[in-house]
Amino acid sequence: MKKSVFLGALTFAGLAAGAAAAGTLEDVQARGKLNCGVTTGLVGFAAPDANGEWNGFDVAVCRAVAAAVLGDPTAVEFIPTTGKTRFTALASGEIDMLARNTTWTFSRDVDLKFDFVGVNYYDGQGFMVPKALGVSSAKDLDGATVCIQTGTTTELNLADFFRANNINYEPVPIETNAEAQQQYLAGACDVYTTDASGLAATRATFENPDEHTLLPEIVSKEPLGPLVRHGDNEWGDVVRWTLNALITAEELGVTSANVGDMASNTTNPEVARLLGTEGNLGEMMGLEADWAKKAIMSEGNYGEIFAKNIGEETPIGLARGLNAQWTDGGLLYSPPFR
Amino acid sequence: MTSLTDPQRGSFRLSSLLNDTRYRSMTLQVIAAVVLALTLGYLYSNLMANLQEQGLDISFDFLYSPAGYDINQTLIDYNSQSTNLRAAVVGVLNTLLVAFLACVTATVFGVIAGVLRLSKNWLVRKLMAFYVEIFRNIPVLIWIIIIFTIMTAVMPAPSAFRGDTPSSSMLFDLFAFTNRGVYVPGPYFTRGFGGEDGSWINWLLVIGVLVASLFATRAVSARANDKQAKTGVRPKTFWLNLAIWFVPVIVLLFALGLQWDIPELRGFNFGGGIKIGGPLIALWFALSIYTGAFIAENVRAGIQAVSRGQTEAASALGLRPRRVMNLVVLPQALRVIIPPLISQYLNITKNSSLAIAVGYADITATLGGITLNQTGRAIECVLLLMLFYLVISLCISAVMNVYNNAMKLKER
Repeated sequence: MKKSVFLGALTFAGLAAGAAAAGTLEDVQARGKLNCGVTTGLVGFAAPDANGEWNGFDVAVCRAVAAAVLGDPTAVEFIPTTGKTRFTALASGEIDMLARNTTWTFSRDVDLKFDFVGVNYYDGQGFMVPKALGVSSAKDLDGATVCIQTGTTTELNLADFFRANNINYEPVPIETNAEAQQQYLAGACDVYTTDASGLAATRATFENPDEHTLLPEIVSKEPLGPLVRHGDNEWGDVVRWTLNALITAEELGVTSANVGDMASNTTNPEVARLLGTEGNLGEMMGLEADWAKKAIMSEGNYGEIFAKNIGEETPIGLARGLNAQWTDGGLLYSPPFR
Repeated sequence: MTSLTDPQRGSFRLSSLLNDTRYRSMTLQVIAAVVLALTLGYLYSNLMANLQEQGLDISFDFLYSPAGYDINQTLIDYNSQSTNLRAAVVGVLNTLLVAFLACVTATVFGVIAGVLRLSKNWLVRKLMAFYVEIFRNIPVLIWIIIIFTIMTAVMPAPSAFRGDTPSSSMLFDLFAFTNRGVYVPGPYFTRGFGGEDGSWINWLLVIGVLVASLFATRAVSARANDKQAKTGVRPKTFWLNLAIWFVPVIVLLFALGLQWDIPELRGFNFGGGIKIGGPLIALWFALSIYTGAFIAENVRAGIQAVSRGQTEAASALGLRPRRVMNLVVLPQALRVIIPPLISQYLNITKNSSLAIAVGYADITATLGGITLNQTGRAIECVLLLMLFYLVISLCISAVMNVYNNAMKLKER
């Protein structure tokens, strides 16, 4: 570790220091704190509130993992990352996991050596324009100036979309969502493009959200999910099954309110296995038997987290859509706890 | 008489490597060099071992794969299917462009402010001191962001030019100032070589004619000097020089069919003409005023280094203050000004990497930003970036040193 840190300081912290990162689970337990990479601030997904407490859909995943591993959902150090710094932060071991609406792609999984543990939001890239512009389709955007967060898959999708439709645009590369918002509102760009969920979240923070509209085109598949470093499968399992526990909990009707009751009184064997009253699933992962119970207690099951942070009752107002349970016609489908 | 008694030659023993003044410094240098080489070797092998452990390698193949992203300011042809290498070249050219522009304007600002700081006028002197202290004591990144933010917030969006009663209008119907940049009329040739688009051959021709004019005017001046030396009467050359400068180039431009492409509102943006993007303006202006403040201090120091006797002697000869400055003080001051000026130029070039803050597509933004991010080749990209900045800085340094050698006091 020491020599890695030394070298990292001297050369490129990012890639060199990763070697010491195997055994993340032990590291986290020894540290008593989970280092979780999140966005620099996207309301609904990850943003600090007035008291400096991080809240949001991605934050809830971090808290659930912390609860499962350490038994304390507040034992999380949130580390804000930009589209550019997130992968270096993860590869270098600065963060233990990244929950930052990051798209699962082949090259990130294979070439950049990360493991995506699952999908917590099925998204697609959309476009937001001021209503005053009178544009009703993304194909009318010939010659437009487009604000885009640099270092993201959206940058490449955008180039592909405009090339495929044989129309021109002018990109304005921007580092963070907040800057993009400022540029867009100042009229320095006609269009803001990013994942549709991000657009909805950004629009919700505008003074007059009604003056802006999302165009109907969704130009890409953006499965967003938490990821960990490649090669540390034990840690990958912990994060993967914590996410699956949240999804399964919704499917089985386990909520933060009834989880204690369910744990002791359930007759459903899968619920019993999930909550640790039957079998030894927790032990297999090196966690306590009630790991999933704690994870669910922290922020609720997947459905509760969705409804609380980005659901239709919130200013962001996203419908479940693809993110409904498979039993409701959505894509959420957790492997069984067995 | 010396207290050191050097041993006889040939009496070399192993201990004399440390004890003998003839060998000691050599020994220490060799030891230092070995330690340095071992440290570097250790760092390198550690890097390689760690990379291997992660299953990564050092490879520059990514430079030849399609970049996949678009760039908003390109001096050469580029689209999203071009290679990462080409994207890097686009970035290099953008870096060089902004560095060149900023070097020129920073020098102009610096010389004016530096000279005026020594003005006898109290108000002018204090104003310039205010400029220098304000601008050099606030980080240049802050200046870049301030100027960019002011530009985007204060200038009208292109939509403000639209409609029957637009809230903004173009200056002289030629220039459009928007929060995305400034649009100016762009020249093109209708009868030029290489089609209507105006190929670079046309511009080369224009430059060639201007260079020929330069040599012609120099010849005229030389002949005038000659005549003055022989007869004592200097022939009037002003109108002749003016004609040599303007007539051939105007004739050439007419022959090529010069036209101006006036910017006009097309769709979402202004089209036609030349666009000077907002990020370029912000970066250029911020680098110029920031570095200009440093150059002003260099210029002031240079002028104050010229002894007062020189100024007094020139005044005694009857020269007016402006001619004293131009003919006596500045030429001597240049010797003091140029060496620190070199480092200011290097600073401008290196500070231009702050372009990323305003989305200007310089080399740090293309190769060191988007390409690095999309390919994940951090080490390779950063190595190439370091190499580029090193090479370009050494080039600037070399050129300026040649100039310095030409200007410095010749001791014979």
